[in-house]
Amino acid sequence: MTPSGPDDRLAAAARRLRRTVLDAVHARGGGHIGGMLSLVEILTALYYDWLRLDGGDDRDRCLLSKGHCALLLYQVLAERGLLPAAELEHAVTTGSELCAHPEYRPEWGIEATAGSLGHGLALGSGIAYALARRGSPARTVVILGDGECQEGSVWEAALFAARHRLGNLLAVVDHNGLQAIAPVSDVVSWTSPAALWSACGWRTIEVDGHDPAALCAAFAGVAPGTPPLAVIARTVKGKGVSFMEDAPLWHYRAPDAAEYARACRELDP
Amino acid sequence: MRDAFIRAMERLAAAQPDVLLLSADIGAIVFDDYRARYPRQFLNVGVSEQQLVGCAAGMALTGLRPFAYTIVPFLLFRAFEQVRVDICQQRQPVVLVGVGGGVAYSTLGPTHHAIEDIAVARALPGMTVIVPASPAETEAAVAAAYALARPVYLRLGLAGEPAVPHAAAFAPGRGEVLREGADAFIIACGAMVATALQAANLLAGTGRRVGVVNMATVKPLDTGLLTRLAEHTRLFCTCEEHSLVGGLGSAVAEFAADALPGVRVLRCGLPDAYLTRCDTRAGLHAACGLDPAGVAARLAAAL
Repeated sequence: MTPSGPDDRLAAAARRLRRTVLDAVHARGGGHIGGMLSLVEILTALYYDWLRLDGGDDRDRCLLSKGHCALLLYQVLAERGLLPAAELEHAVTTGSELCAHPEYRPEWGIEATAGSLGHGLALGSGIAYALARRGSPARTVVILGDGECQEGSVWEAALFAARHRLGNLLAVVDHNGLQAIAPVSDVVSWTSPAALWSACGWRTIEVDGHDPAALCAAFAGVAPGTPPLAVIARTVKGKGVSFMEDAPLWHYRAPDAAEYARACRELDP
Repeated sequence: MRDAFIRAMERLAAAQPDVLLLSADIGAIVFDDYRARYPRQFLNVGVSEQQLVGCAAGMALTGLRPFAYTIVPFLLFRAFEQVRVDICQQRQPVVLVGVGGGVAYSTLGPTHHAIEDIAVARALPGMTVIVPASPAETEAAVAAAYALARPVYLRLGLAGEPAVPHAAAFAPGRGEVLREGADAFIIACGAMVATALQAANLLAGTGRRVGVVNMATVKPLDTGLLTRLAEHTRLFCTCEEHSLVGGLGSAVAEFAADALPGVRVLRCGLPDAYLTRCDTRAGLHAACGLDPAGVAARLAAAL
């Protein structure tokens, strides 16, 4: 990574978010920690660089279609001032209005309900279509998991978005190679995830999903009036905590005391 | 009813530029005039019903007012989770228009029949379920659904439905007394309203005074009307072009069980079975006792 100011800011945000999400999962006795850790740089590049969050009806929209990583989303939304801090503190605990999967609440920055995989791209395509129709400059990004791309509804949406040349729509695939109970390659034989998107009529870019500068550069390719862009972000599930990295066990789990202590040391040496 | 729907959509599209009609590749020819007149307000999303509903929800999130149209089973069953989550859980103002309710598509076979749709639509929190009884009521329901600005499932027949002598303008949530009665009331919806009127006529010929209610909104049910009728009438006979499981009859029986002690609910509907024999719509009705004579006989036996 180049030692420039903005990159430092993104790297610092990523370090901070890894630690806060580890703490949050540990405190709640469980969470989809692996997929949250693979998502950190993607969310920081979006929320600290690419997304124009002000703008009311013409704000950019971010839909976390891999909704099981909501706890990380809530952290980011709170840092960006969209989600009240008091709500964050009690998120996903008894009595909270925030459950482990996001529910549509635009005033808190939650642009769509998610939790059942495969819905976000269709929603995003409708949002993008409506925004383009009224000439809004706003962009829409949908974050998907690579396992999630096994849902047929993703491809119904991809075909639609390309046909209607929704250049204001960005898909980011958190391509960490694992799904809930298996590696993705055990379940499907697609030879190239990018090829699926380009076959549907999308432009595609593959990047290191843990390199904020590369992600920002990729997102800069979004432009209206062009085919929509899919950024395949190659990531590591559990990134940042050595014993969680690339480990199917950490799809949904709580670190015990020893694991938590070890993870803290790794994240804040 | 389909033609009435299209007429109503043309009026609505002319008046409301935020209205969009989305089709999942259904409506060859019948939509040609609409598409020619309102090209920016029609979209064929293709043979992709999950996209139809999810995309409509996304449009609604962003201020458009989509009407999502296809054959009932493809609309509601294929895309049920999108209906459940994207529309109902997010409370979006999408009107789901299902054509071919009941056995309107008759000879096309059970894949094109809709015998479970009212049941599953009713089970969705926040969903309004409207089953117009006539082409004129269909037109009124389209405008009303737009005005509601909430999730709506509009269940249409197809073609050939007769006019009904409506007593009042359509209002969502309000049942309509078409014929007064004392011995019993037939509570019907959709195509069965005309059937109910004929059945009541047959029974009048034998001295029984049977009223008819058009319960055009199945959810929310007009429980106030049922309560008023129950003050003087102790037998309700429901009649629907839908399975006996979970539809209008079940809705009325649920309310009666909760609030109308002493009222008996007799339910006429399609059997809990897929109707696989190739037959006309009228033929299927007769085979299931849903023709006027069949309904009259069932009710007579209970009176």
